[in-house]
Amino acid sequence: MADYENKVSVMAGLADDGAAQIGEADTWQDKAKTLVRQNKLAAFSAVLIVVIILMAVFAPLVAPYDHIRQSLTDRLQAPGAAHWLGTDELGRDVLSRIIFGARISLMIGLVPTLISMAIGTVLGLFAGFYGGKVDFMIMRLADIMLAFPSLLLAMVVMYTMGGGLINIFIALSLVNWAGTARVVRSQTLSLKEKEYVEAARSIGVKKPVMMFRHILPNCMPSLIVLFTLNIPAAILSEASLSFLGVGAQPPSASWGLMVVRGKKYLLAGQPWLAIAPCVAIMIVVMAFNFFGDGLRDVLDPYLKEQ
Amino acid sequence: MLKKILKRIIIAIPVLIGVVLIIFIMLRIVPGDPVTTMMGEHVNLAVIEKVSKEMGLDQPMYVQFFQYVGNALRGDFGTSYRLNRNVTHIILDAFPNTVKLSVCAALVAWMIGITAGIIAAVRQNKLLDRLFMGGALMGVSMPVFMTALLLQYMFAFKLRWFPVSGFDSPRAMVLPAIVLGWNSAGSIARMTRSNLVEVMQNDFIRTARAKGLREGGVIVKHALKNAMLPVVTMMALQVSSMLSGAVLTESVFGIPGIGRLAVNAIETRDMPLLQGTVIFTTVIIIAGNLIADLLYNVLDPRIREGA
Repeated sequence: MADYENKVSVMAGLADDGAAQIGEADTWQDKAKTLVRQNKLAAFSAVLIVVIILMAVFAPLVAPYDHIRQSLTDRLQAPGAAHWLGTDELGRDVLSRIIFGARISLMIGLVPTLISMAIGTVLGLFAGFYGGKVDFMIMRLADIMLAFPSLLLAMVVMYTMGGGLINIFIALSLVNWAGTARVVRSQTLSLKEKEYVEAARSIGVKKPVMMFRHILPNCMPSLIVLFTLNIPAAILSEASLSFLGVGAQPPSASWGLMVVRGKKYLLAGQPWLAIAPCVAIMIVVMAFNFFGDGLRDVLDPYLKEQ
Repeated sequence: MLKKILKRIIIAIPVLIGVVLIIFIMLRIVPGDPVTTMMGEHVNLAVIEKVSKEMGLDQPMYVQFFQYVGNALRGDFGTSYRLNRNVTHIILDAFPNTVKLSVCAALVAWMIGITAGIIAAVRQNKLLDRLFMGGALMGVSMPVFMTALLLQYMFAFKLRWFPVSGFDSPRAMVLPAIVLGWNSAGSIARMTRSNLVEVMQNDFIRTARAKGLREGGVIVKHALKNAMLPVVTMMALQVSSMLSGAVLTESVFGIPGIGRLAVNAIETRDMPLLQGTVIFTTVIIIAGNLIADLLYNVLDPRIREGA
């Protein structure tokens, strides 16, 4: 009996190890230091992302003008001292609109990415953990979603539901979950064979607890990296949808929408109206991509191999 | 090998049915009556009912679905509401333009991507490497429409080297091809570099150097051959991103291809045309993935023999 209890306590210890593995291997501070040491560009991008987030949060304080204030006497002014990035066709300050537009872009980067990754994570966990028919059904659904050209599918969703921010959230969440599901499934397949999961199973830990307390925390490094790399993809998708006229609707200061409106003036001698929001999109997307790239090298060489 | 091809095709069939089903359902739950959309608001109710019956829209949804699949298998995707023409014919008229654009873009992507990848790998961690890889990440990060607008502004509007839009002459094809290719070039360059760097550390490279082969020969004859396997597969997989990018490129440059057709179908709420273009494009992507899979088998003897 004592021997049995001893074994159970060893098993429980192993199971706890698994659940806590993520926190103990290397602290987050260590990893942040490695990131700064290994990849200066990624570290700089992280700082840039924080600055952009702060700028978006405190937009009313940072922006030099009200982003919806129209002034027809100031319309289509070239970049200068009064308006650093010029004014648009309604006399609105382009820089202020870009600063306020950062709110929309970041929100579109974050919300659909969080939703799609939550869906993908749960489905990937179930597919990998239960296997068999559950796996077959979920992965065929993922195959179907991955077969669509994402932009066209998002366009069809927007066509079905109409434009607007909430519908963009839904469209991008529905379109982008499959990639996460694949990554989580493949990790779950390998993690569920680990000793600590075996140990958890042998001491009678329930399946949902095993999935969400023992396996999921060990998928976190890949998920964090994937999250960082999915944000710019979502931002680009929104910009593309708005550019094609099925995304955000006026008078929203979405960067994609600003490019579409500015496009008309590109060949009329006011190129800043289209170029300024394009550059803003590029800076944010590049910052997330550089940061995600660096983070991947530090956190998850497994994802890089994939 | 034949067995493997058949197996892959059989796996692709349920995916294809799923794709058609999803698009079919999504476009059927669009608010508003399709016949009213087609004929306008002020049409007699009796006429709307008659046309609905003629088009089979009064049937239950599952009957409509099986009818649609049956017709699609015979190559009939229905009639466009707006253009009043067979959707298959419209798509087949536009498709050559998208193929032309994608092939030109692929050539640009391969030339720039592979060359930049090789140079970056050879000059690993040196200035050229960082420059090319920074450029590659910029290529991946730049929205397709941004590259399009910038090049259009610089080379078509300011310098007048190329026409602003159109796709009827080789000169007009240059800018759209660069725009679409630039985006894929970034991913190809990054992949070529990382594979080449990995392969260069193998024993057979050391042997090649030890027997006195020049560095150029080592790279081209030994390393590149092995490093290019995943890159070649990736190129076939990029059909998907090319087609997505084509939607934007065709819109900016006014190229009458499949992407522009899809955008027009949305603007004019032409459901059969939108349905047809999305399904057609997805079939092309599934075929591209299938080819990528088989290509990998053909090119890599380790996988071929393991099969």
